[in-house]
Amino acid sequence: MTSTDATEVSNSMRFCIRSYIAFVVAPTASINEWLAELDHWTRNSPGFFVGRPVVLDLSTVKLGQAGIRHLLHQLAERGIHIIGLEGADTSQLDPSLPPLLTGGRPAEKHGTADNAFPANKPIAASSTQDEPTSLLIETRIRSGQTVVFPSGDVTVLGSVASGSEIVAGGSIHVCGTLRGRALAGSKGNGRARIFCRKNEAELLAINGYYRTAEEWGADVRSQPVQSWLEEGVLIVAPLD
Amino acid sequence: MSKVIVVTSGKGGVGKTTSTAALGAALAASGQTVVVVDFDVGLRNLDLVMGAERRVVYDIINVVQGAAKLPQALIRDKRIDTLSLLPASQTRDKDALTEEGVARVIKELRTKFDWVICDSPAGIERGATLAMRFADTAIIVTNPEVSSVRDSDRIIGLLDSKTERAEKGERIEKHILITRYDAARAARGEMLNIEDVLDILSLPLLGIIPESEEVLRASNVGSPITLNDPNSAPARAYCDAARRLKGHDVPMTIPADRRGFLDKLFRRRAA
Repeated sequence: MTSTDATEVSNSMRFCIRSYIAFVVAPTASINEWLAELDHWTRNSPGFFVGRPVVLDLSTVKLGQAGIRHLLHQLAERGIHIIGLEGADTSQLDPSLPPLLTGGRPAEKHGTADNAFPANKPIAASSTQDEPTSLLIETRIRSGQTVVFPSGDVTVLGSVASGSEIVAGGSIHVCGTLRGRALAGSKGNGRARIFCRKNEAELLAINGYYRTAEEWGADVRSQPVQSWLEEGVLIVAPLD
Repeated sequence: MSKVIVVTSGKGGVGKTTSTAALGAALAASGQTVVVVDFDVGLRNLDLVMGAERRVVYDIINVVQGAAKLPQALIRDKRIDTLSLLPASQTRDKDALTEEGVARVIKELRTKFDWVICDSPAGIERGATLAMRFADTAIIVTNPEVSSVRDSDRIIGLLDSKTERAEKGERIEKHILITRYDAARAARGEMLNIEDVLDILSLPLLGIIPESEEVLRASNVGSPITLNDPNSAPARAYCDAARRLKGHDVPMTIPADRRGFLDKLFRRRAA
């Protein structure tokens, strides 16, 4: 009884989206030969795959459900646990097999597990290589345009139109009117902030916590405002 | 020096075709040669507004695909002989347009006319992007209401990225033409006012066309408003806009609110 009450009270639930780097193993036509080759290689680096997410790419081999199960079993015996399949025939899959993944992109060359999660590092750490961590946009942003800058702050000198979007790993500064959406701290930076000269925004978000225009008062509309995160609550306050 | 203009908006029903016809007729009436080109393949309307619907034999698709020569498809206006129409096809769709074909047609039109005015279809898909593709100048038709203004903003972004000029790193000249402006409603705050529209779009203003029954009447008799009723307020506003296109400095007049003035008068008496 009490538990049903609880679910009724909390009428919203927050889901997060995160991306991770995974290894992809792609077996070649003769599975047994490929497994032997894998054994030979892992002998030199035992435990290489232990505790790491691995995706099985089946696009170069044609396997039935039994074949896929056999391969998964063989890999599991070698300590390689498959979290998802890629390039598999959907008709061969059932809920007991790992899920089919799509939309994967190749990671950068240096993306080994040790430095594969730059999101977990503070922004300052990536600036050690003298790379600029801010993006200056001297024009206005038109409706339908998206600016994505995961590695730092975005400053826009013009206005940001309704129906446009800025996604920044760091903070967002808009010197004109902000009429679109601003999503700061997109890679898990809760200290990012959003500043604008005039707030007509559709949505503000920091580190995945968001508020829409409906959810803030008239006192911060059409005003210079800043927005920050305080214990998981997005604050929008006048700048002056 | 020939100039290619695209009349575009994003949103439908804001007055692109009416404005194309009115500006084309106004420019042609000043003695320059003008062709108005209907890019709304499948939903053509410019032939009706120009009163040429019963004279269409070949259309832009025939010319793009090489089935007809350009002079065969051009329809000369009966009222002004410097004005021509290149109609769209009603039986095909926008996929029948190819970029190479459109490039060839526009190039050939440039050699024949002082002004090539392309009437873009609504939307941001193939038809609209091909209509703007080879333009030197864009006229963005906007109604003073939020959805039209936001769609115009979207189109401006495309003009700055998808046109041939933009891709070559050159600037495409852009103007805002505000149509269906109702001074009384703007005064009551039921419409965006001119400053709001220009603040959002931040482009120079080509003209303000007042909302008027005369525009609808002209469309229905198949005559551009600038020919059908040249002394009406919208016709005069279009003529001013045409002169601004030619580079003349014409002072901008915001259509007056006569009823608003009377309202004020009565309010004062009541008080």
